[in-house]
Amino acid sequence: MSSEQEQESIRCLVAKVGLDGHDRGAHVIARAFRDAGFEVIYSGLHKAPEEIVQATVQEDVDVLGISILSGAHDTLVPKIMDGLEEYGAKEDTLVLAGGVIPDEDRAELEAQGVSAIFGPGTSIEETIEFVRENAPER
Amino acid sequence: MSSDEDLLEALLAGEHRALARVISKIENRSPGYRDLVSELYAHTGEADVIGITGSPGAGKSTLVDKLAETYRDRGETVGVIAIDPSSPFTGGAVLGDRIRMASTVGDMDVFVRSMSARGTLGGLSTATADAVKAMDAFGKEKIIIETVGAGQNEIDIVRTADTVAVLVPPGSGDDIQTLKAGILEIADVFVVNKADRPGSDRTVQELRDMIQLGGGGIGGGGGHHSQEVIDAHDDWDGETDDEGETAGWTTPIVETVATKAEGVDDLISEFANHRTYLVDSGEHAEQVRGRYAEEIRTLLREDVHALLEDRLADRGGIDDLAESVRRGETDPYSIAGELLDPVEDCLDELETNGENG
Repeated sequence: MSSEQEQESIRCLVAKVGLDGHDRGAHVIARAFRDAGFEVIYSGLHKAPEEIVQATVQEDVDVLGISILSGAHDTLVPKIMDGLEEYGAKEDTLVLAGGVIPDEDRAELEAQGVSAIFGPGTSIEETIEFVRENAPER
Repeated sequence: MSSDEDLLEALLAGEHRALARVISKIENRSPGYRDLVSELYAHTGEADVIGITGSPGAGKSTLVDKLAETYRDRGETVGVIAIDPSSPFTGGAVLGDRIRMASTVGDMDVFVRSMSARGTLGGLSTATADAVKAMDAFGKEKIIIETVGAGQNEIDIVRTADTVAVLVPPGSGDDIQTLKAGILEIADVFVVNKADRPGSDRTVQELRDMIQLGGGGIGGGGGHHSQEVIDAHDDWDGETDDEGETAGWTTPIVETVATKAEGVDDLISEFANHRTYLVDSGEHAEQVRGRYAEEIRTLLREDVHALLEDRLADRGGIDDLAESVRRGETDPYSIAGELLDPVEDCLDELETNGENG
């Protein structure tokens, strides 16, 4: 029907998880995503994995970007992925990680279901392009 | 969750993911969302819908958080729709209300959903009303709509609520005047948040004066004139309310400190009072009727709008037409007439045919 104009917009949750107070990067990403025309939900600092899961499920975001600079990604990311699985949200959410994540940990995170890892020095354009190309079709 | 029927079933069965997905479909206007919403109507009507509005930084999200927490303590389920503006240039948005919703974290029975203005005129208020329906059908007992009170669009959104609370922070004496013709008129309850700050007494006093001058309710056309009266009687003590006491709802003023959850219980009882008043006075039925009338009008307007967009595209798009106006070949009125005439002819023909057949 011609009257049903679709108005899709890419929805992203930018999440800070755990005891990590460095949110400049998350702010920059949130702002850049906004300017790219995405709808960005920012979690705020010091969130528990369950809070991130709750927000991801309720907001039905296409993309979950997790920013971690504390080194606790090994424990926090699996908790988030398990939570997403529990609510049936794992397979159609594009999960990204950013921050300081050593090369040797990357394979493990990717095995957990993280689609891409953007370390220091990644250009904003590259990240936005990746999201545009890989945001799940629903 | 492939088909819409499955989705509806899952929503009614209480699956959070299904509710989230249905609201996405409403927001995206995905194919088939109308049928889905139509189906929802049969399952709605139970929830109390509360609208919270006020200027940026008034403390809306924090107050909503505390309201949600208190309702949960009383064993009621809560849905929150938090609306933030989107960029008029890119359409992007940062939805930050969730950050304040910390008291109910880990409690899936508080369903918080952030929305932004995406589409066309009136689109957001339709989407909000539909999202409320989805939460209602899901079984949420209290649904809170939170939005910045910035203009007509927001007022339309908040009108989807049964009870509207307007937050007025202390020291906004001058703001009261600018807001007067806008959101203050739609308040069923005034909330002076941050009541521990200096100037809150004065704000309460000014609101009280305004309510009394308005004759019980503020909506009654007192308009600009009564504002001047307030200006002239800034130090008026407002005890004289002989003529103000008409039957009806007198907008109460509740003082809160949302960060400490002070005054939240009072606010909740005023919400309950207003609900009782609405039902007892029969105003609720009228309100709901008015709301549905508006929904029908908005839907029709959107449909006709889309129809006309198609016609515009057939005629070579708006750009060419605008260009011909710029070159002085024609004018907007003529173009609008040319585009609409065939539609009207069509309708006339249909009517005549209907009469004959």
